[in-house]
Amino acid sequence: MRIAILSDIHANREAFDAALEAAQKRDPDEVVLLGDLVGYGPDPVYVIEKAVDLVARGALCIMGNHDEAVARNLGNMTENARFAAQWTRERLASTHLDFLARLPLSLQSENRLYVHASADRPAKWSYIRDVDAAERCLASTDARFIFCGHTHVPAIYYALPGRRPMHFQPLDNVAAPLSALGRHLVIAGAVGQPRDGNPAACFVLVDTQRHEVTMVRVPYDHEETARKIQAAGLPGWLGMRLKIGR
Amino acid sequence: MQRFEAGAVIDGFELAEKLPAGGMASLWRATNPRYDFPLVLKIPFLDPGGDVSVILGFEAEELILKRLSGPHVPRFAAAGSLSRVPYLAMEFVAGTGLADVVGDAPLPVDEVARIGTEIATALAALHRQKVVHLDLKPENVILAERGAVLLDFGLARHAELPDLLGAESSVPMGTAAYISPEQVLGERSDPASDLFALGCILYQLATGEEPFGRPATLAGMKRRLYHAPRSPRDIDEAIPRWLEAVILRCMEVDRSRRYVEAAHLLSDLRNPDQVVVARRKPQDKGVWAAIAKLFRKTDERSLVGKPTLSRKQAGPSIVLAAVDLANGSDALAGEVLNETARVLASREDSWLACVTVLRTEIIGETRAADESGRPVYLKRLVALKDWAHPLHLPEDRISYHVLEAVSPADAILDYAEHNDVGHIVVGARASSAIRRHLGSVSTKVVAQALCSVSVVRLKVVEEQARPL
Repeated sequence: MRIAILSDIHANREAFDAALEAAQKRDPDEVVLLGDLVGYGPDPVYVIEKAVDLVARGALCIMGNHDEAVARNLGNMTENARFAAQWTRERLASTHLDFLARLPLSLQSENRLYVHASADRPAKWSYIRDVDAAERCLASTDARFIFCGHTHVPAIYYALPGRRPMHFQPLDNVAAPLSALGRHLVIAGAVGQPRDGNPAACFVLVDTQRHEVTMVRVPYDHEETARKIQAAGLPGWLGMRLKIGR
Repeated sequence: MQRFEAGAVIDGFELAEKLPAGGMASLWRATNPRYDFPLVLKIPFLDPGGDVSVILGFEAEELILKRLSGPHVPRFAAAGSLSRVPYLAMEFVAGTGLADVVGDAPLPVDEVARIGTEIATALAALHRQKVVHLDLKPENVILAERGAVLLDFGLARHAELPDLLGAESSVPMGTAAYISPEQVLGERSDPASDLFALGCILYQLATGEEPFGRPATLAGMKRRLYHAPRSPRDIDEAIPRWLEAVILRCMEVDRSRRYVEAAHLLSDLRNPDQVVVARRKPQDKGVWAAIAKLFRKTDERSLVGKPTLSRKQAGPSIVLAAVDLANGSDALAGEVLNETARVLASREDSWLACVTVLRTEIIGETRAADESGRPVYLKRLVALKDWAHPLHLPEDRISYHVLEAVSPADAILDYAEHNDVGHIVVGARASSAIRRHLGSVSTKVVAQALCSVSVVRLKVVEEQARPL
């Protein structure tokens, strides 16, 4: 079974299209949108409508903190994010807002748990940036595989019996093994706003037969996205960071 | 714990005969009609509540063995699931175990060099596949007809895989007699660690003694960071200086002084006359030196030097410059030299093999040409050294080879392949009717080389440009 996981799309149409096309070429059996469809980017309507369409065809979709902030009109974020959330909200119809508001915080499919930030109190939106946070996440569920996004930086934590979780930074486009012994916490890189220094869109491909997980990188026209961000009157830094991948 | 006996069948593998094995797993000859090569099954001892690193090592070995190919490793066949019966099925490699050979040490020099060459060849192939063995010892080497075959990847490390075994473990993993100093300090990623272990094996083959004994404690293993073993020639003066130099260079604690790549060691073992025998500095002796040493608090990490990986990524380790000196050093030879300098500059410890070919008319002419031909050969060697002189390379970074051959291209290709050359620089003469008819040396080299090739051509001045 092959699973494609797209996280942190952030209303970036160009990145979403490129990643989805690359994912679909691999003929996945399950497609997961791992939260933060919107926020930061200039194309929220396009991304939401595409997500609605994918969900109608069987894809799984969960809520991210930006989706929540836009749907519930919350202001609990950094200045750029708050501004972008407000900007996004003004452009969405009630059906769009309704779709975001109804997204679940997590979903389980077989032995795989999908949650945007952490399985440890998902609605707190905490970041998994170190082994301690990974350990808390792993301790709060018995799922063999947990997939999170939120940090925009790809990582795999191997939870092997009798040991603390081990951090591994997966290489781009190189399959990392899934241990037959352990549980795994996979942090997906971002489709629409990578922050690991590589501007190419990132999505996760899992192959359960081969016991492998790959961070697939897909270059896209980020100049165009940055131009739209500028034209929309969104903060310039949001376009700049797409070019440098930070 | 499940017990196995001959005749038992696991996933289609029928166990035939139990082989002697260590304490971590049992080994069985096995048959399975699905595979067209002889098989062996490795079944780990997994006790409930037992040491988890045994299971991790088993899983790590499967991950790595699956990814390896070529004649120097056993072929991977299948692996059993950990949740049912864990096993690794792989090719059974027939040959002489190096462990049996070691029993006869000291061995003649030629034999030591031959075995060293075979293992270095196998290591070069392994390291090219991004894997470090990290437990090289006689028990893990089979001298087979197809060359040395390395066994047991239970402690090995693949550069692109997570190190399931090494995480948060500062306990050294390896075999006390052969483990490298950086592994003793918990580092598990440097191919140079395997070259250290190979040095220990060659030491043992040449002298009949293990260089560090078999210390059982961490402190005992750490001794090798501070105390060099007796030099091989102290044990047996008949060991040639070049071989001693090669062995001790493998066993340098500081990795900036050790061989960085198996290919380089290979080249030294094949060309003993070009090994630089450095005069070794006498150890600081005397009471004051010993007292001073006691008070000097050294950082152990600084003793083993920096990992060799960053150097390896900088550029090719061995560069072959092929230069045509039949008509003396001309403008093209000068340009080949310039390009060679640029390629060498990418890596501070790169090493240059200067090659020129003496053309002979028929194969096997060498001996007849010896009487009158010797001066020709010598003259060419002098010319070759003179050509390379402007590079000002220290003698341990350069070697000179005047090859006698009917086909210069074949001679260059053959040398490059045998010495694991990473980059060839060769000149190309301007096109002419004869050259088009006979085919040029550079064309053939480019077409058949197994590595990158730079072809150097003189920039054509306009009047000489080919007519329309």
